Amino acid sequence: MQLQSSANAIELDLMTDLQYLEMIEGISQSITKGMGFDEDRTYWIGMAIREGVINAMLHGNRMDAAKRVRVHFGLRADSLQVIIQDQGVGFDPALLPDPLDPANLLKPSGRGLFCIKSFMDDVSFHRMPGGMEIRMLKRLASN
Amino acid sequence: MDIRIRDVGDVKILDVSGKITLGEGTKALRDQVKGLLNSGQKKLLLNLADVNYIDSSGLGELVSCRVAADNQGAKLKLVNLTKKLQELMAITKLLTVFEVFEDETPAVASFGKTA
Repeated sequence: MQLQSSANAIELDLMTDLQYLEMIEGISQSITKGMGFDEDRTYWIGMAIREGVINAMLHGNRMDAAKRVRVHFGLRADSLQVIIQDQGVGFDPALLPDPLDPANLLKPSGRGLFCIKSFMDDVSFHRMPGGMEIRMLKRLASN
Repeated sequence: MDIRIRDVGDVKILDVSGKITLGEGTKALRDQVKGLLNSGQKKLLLNLADVNYIDSSGLGELVSCRVAADNQGAKLKLVNLTKKLQELMAITKLLTVFEVFEDETPAVASFGKTA
């Protein structure tokens, strides 16, 4: 793992290994608490970031240990931006099944990205050369 | 994650504590529930009072356990959801597919007596 930080940004470069999940969540909680998010929002933001990293490792990189996941925390005065990049083939979010559809409620998977979209204010997905990127933003003023 | 199993009448109560998250946490729960179903248990109650964290994989595992119970003609219900888990299950509409109780006594009674 490599970590770079500046006054308003922290960047982690991780191997694809789920053992990093607890660490990522711990870092996200430290950041969000420090920025002034309350306990509830700290919890849900941490979960959204955890789900983003799980998605990148499990579905993006397909647990290929040779592939990397980059996590960027951008600390702004009014918001936290998080960018998670993987080295997978990418996906079209429009094609993902709706986990709230009654036909899908008893399916065991498919809720991770839904949780991210539920807990963050803005979420977007971008294909990039050699991988996929999720950008998420949480504003301090939002609920 | 830790799971302790106890009997109240003919209901098996699984006291789950810790995290239900991707990997070991979900596997432990799956193994315990499968083991009970395979031994013929028909009434399972998951006590989630001491579950301090669950992720989307953990939610998926709860769903899988319920489906496995259905497939064996058994019932799996939930009791003592934490506030966070309650919120998460409301957002994901999973409260609509589980029977959820606030207290153990009515939860146990809801299974009824085996003839």
